[in-house]
Amino acid sequence: MNNDEVIHETPLVVHDLGHEAHTHHHKETFITKYVFSQDHKMISKQFLITGIIWAVIGGLFSVIFRLQLGYPDQTFPFLEDILGHWGKGGKIDPEFYYALVTMHGTILVFFVLTAGLSGTFSNFLIPLQAGARDMASPFLNMLSYWFFFLSSVIMFSSLFVQTGPASGGWTIYPPLSALGEASDGAKMGMDLWLASIAMFIISVLLGGLNYISTILNMRTKGMSMTRMPLTIWAFFFTAVLGVLSFPVLLSAVVLLLFDRHLGTSFYLSDIVINGKILPNQGGSPILFQHLFWFLGHPEVYIIALPAMGITSEVISVNSRKPIFGYMAMVGSFFAIASLSFMVWAHHMFVTGMNPFLGSFFVLLTLLIAVPSAIKVFNWLTTLWKGNIRFTPAMLFAIGFVSLFISGGLTGIWLGNSSLDIHLHDTYFVIAHFHLVMGVASMFGMFAGIYHWYPKMYGRYMNNTLAYIHFWVTIAGAYCIFWPMHYEGLAGMPRRYYDFSNWESFKMFGGLNEFISVVAMIVFSVQLLFIFNFFYSIFKGRKVTTTNPWGANTLEWTTPIRPGHGNWPGEIPEVHRWAYDYGKDGRDFIPQTEPVGADEQRH
Amino acid sequence: MTDFFLIAIIVLIFLVIFQISKASEYVSILKGEEKSRKQNNKINGFFMIAFLIAGLIGVWYCNKLYYPKTLFTQGAASVEGKSIDTMLWITIVVTGTVFFITQILLFWFSFKYQESDKRKPLYFTHSNKLELIWTGIPAIVLTVLVVFGLKYWFKFTSDAPKTAQLVEITGHQFGWEIRYPGKDGVLGRKNYKLTNPAKANPLGVDWSDAASHDDIHVATTMHVVVNKPVKLVINSQDVIHDVGLPHFRMKMDAVPGTPTTMWFTPIYTTAQMKEKTGNPDFTYEIACDQLCGRGHYTMRGVIIVETQPEFDAYMASQKPEYYKAFPDLDPDKVAVNDSTSKSVAQNIKK
Repeated sequence: MNNDEVIHETPLVVHDLGHEAHTHHHKETFITKYVFSQDHKMISKQFLITGIIWAVIGGLFSVIFRLQLGYPDQTFPFLEDILGHWGKGGKIDPEFYYALVTMHGTILVFFVLTAGLSGTFSNFLIPLQAGARDMASPFLNMLSYWFFFLSSVIMFSSLFVQTGPASGGWTIYPPLSALGEASDGAKMGMDLWLASIAMFIISVLLGGLNYISTILNMRTKGMSMTRMPLTIWAFFFTAVLGVLSFPVLLSAVVLLLFDRHLGTSFYLSDIVINGKILPNQGGSPILFQHLFWFLGHPEVYIIALPAMGITSEVISVNSRKPIFGYMAMVGSFFAIASLSFMVWAHHMFVTGMNPFLGSFFVLLTLLIAVPSAIKVFNWLTTLWKGNIRFTPAMLFAIGFVSLFISGGLTGIWLGNSSLDIHLHDTYFVIAHFHLVMGVASMFGMFAGIYHWYPKMYGRYMNNTLAYIHFWVTIAGAYCIFWPMHYEGLAGMPRRYYDFSNWESFKMFGGLNEFISVVAMIVFSVQLLFIFNFFYSIFKGRKVTTTNPWGANTLEWTTPIRPGHGNWPGEIPEVHRWAYDYGKDGRDFIPQTEPVGADEQRH
Repeated sequence: MTDFFLIAIIVLIFLVIFQISKASEYVSILKGEEKSRKQNNKINGFFMIAFLIAGLIGVWYCNKLYYPKTLFTQGAASVEGKSIDTMLWITIVVTGTVFFITQILLFWFSFKYQESDKRKPLYFTHSNKLELIWTGIPAIVLTVLVVFGLKYWFKFTSDAPKTAQLVEITGHQFGWEIRYPGKDGVLGRKNYKLTNPAKANPLGVDWSDAASHDDIHVATTMHVVVNKPVKLVINSQDVIHDVGLPHFRMKMDAVPGTPTTMWFTPIYTTAQMKEKTGNPDFTYEIACDQLCGRGHYTMRGVIIVETQPEFDAYMASQKPEYYKAFPDLDPDKVAVNDSTSKSVAQNIKK
């Protein structure tokens, strides 16, 4: 610790001093500081707040379609007030129901859990934890956000076109998405969807290349790859996955646009629609599914890996214990990342793909359970004989592990083709992926927000609200998704607007209503979180120490409110790994402290 | 008015929660932050174990409520479905065991090792032995699951037995069309460009193929014979659909331009299932399981499983589609025509 930092222990003053010391070379106006900022910390907040806005929209959509599922025979006049002709007579139009489902998926998968999670924390933590003043290219980093913003604007505008937004499911399988005659959502809304996702892909690529080059080239002195916190490893593999898989989605999008507008037949063959015989022959809808899931499956891990990284870090800090099996954790990240490229067709066992080909995907898919199991056991061992502090972040990290177990185990069912043939496209699948990827990754995101909020805004969020947020959300998540397994085992198909005409599926009416009620409660508790988030930016309890959690990593060696450039003086040198907690009787030993002569080896 | 009150109540609840939270923050500052932090830690530690117990009870209660509504209680209605159910049970036992062990450890550790001034956390960074154990055991267990799974998978995705009854099912927005090959056992060729519902050819059958002349086409309801394998040839006319048969544990997409197949052996007739389930309205339903547009949820088909004599009687009552397209060639009508033309000729002679 140099003198500068000792002075900077006191809040506020610190901020201003640190700021002046480092901003003398570029004057900051409102525009350059808050809008077109090139500071990775500001860009990360932009990603986070845009992600929060999208999460509210996406979550609200799910509440609206849960109204239909929970109360299929009732009308809600207020729906007509807010939805116009989509909610005529207080009942959601089936076409709009499918649009809501589609948008809920698209928004949550891409805008919230990719941009909002990886975008926020990769941006925020990579330079701070690896010890760099900013990203390798702050300008490209800024562009990455603004392409995401553009993509958001296009997607948002698609909600207001006459024929409605895309309604073919977030997987937009052609021919349904390719032919305007097939559904209203496949008209203008689909073009906007494709344009928006194309912009989004550019954003992910710009961001990802930046993250990779920053991690590989800009670590501070002494920060060897094996001394990096697991968060950085997670962001690294996430970025690699994104850079390698998103371009494939772009190709699928471009070919789909060709089929829609230029008369090509990549995905179309032998189609008679509305009595019209189409000339297209020789294309294959299954080709699209291959291209889509080649992104689609790595995408699941693009969502999950950052949450795993954050969880590892938060669990270790708050157990006051080193993460167990650091190298195994890195190894399992690597295994998950590589395997994720070889399992995409497990989404396609019953699409008419050659069953023999399917068998390889069964093998590779179930293999992923091994590194996942390693991770879970390592987290459990990290908790074992720790001294656990239940900060809100820690609660959400523990919640992540619980949900990841529950949702991950059912992956073993669905990855096995002979079970998938029964469970495919039922509520079982909904339960599985919402637990393991949806809610679990949201929990990773919440853990990250609560843990690094003091670093982001120099204030704390309200703890009581955070505790209410956690306990209601985890109990609610289980109440919503656990019973869905049973609906799936009864063969109840997903994406049905109404089950009342089906002899085989109509017996779950009461359960559907229960799920809808819980979903509404959980949604309102998220509003409480959002209120807490924004209120605390201005009114939260101030942070008075640079290292409030007693953590080892480098971000806690910066001033309380670091300026652009992060460290007022030299970037600190790193002498050890990030997990020396409880070593030689000391609570924690920061990475910047040189290794003592008689320190025990690990 | 009720809407207004509802909103007012929700806002009020929010305000109350917020005020309590703010107050508790002030109290914690007055009490000393360290002290109140430790108090909160105790409360959350207790919640951990309470959540575990409540959760386990919830799992039991949920199972009690909804297990009877799953398809397990009535059993699979096909030979292949039985092996899928066996596989499901193996998987439930394996994953269930892991679920209970890991969840109990997670919340138990969280409770037991909550912060205490007396405890020094253990500096424990890695153990090759432990890590080998929990890499090795899952790998072995998963291999077993893969082997069982693929054994069944290859069994029911292999070619259908030669004796199998052939039925074609074609999906369109939003319904199913069923076609039987007739006496010759061969389905007539199709070409989608010949599709013409106005000329009684909604499936685009190529009438120049003689095999098509005895094919029977009906909408929505499929008849199959109990204890006899049935092979479905699955088509789609417009977008992707899916033939979902939950009772037989089967499912296959209907892809435009790429015919798919699926076969299974039904073991209970519809009448038997009505008795077995105690539900007089029981029907084997065909559910579309692939989102296909605004009417997706209405895309319902029916399978009637019956005995061979019942099936034969049904088939005998159906007229080949060829004669709907060309009523003039219908033997029943031709017989009438022949006799009239003969009498006309006789009249002329006279």
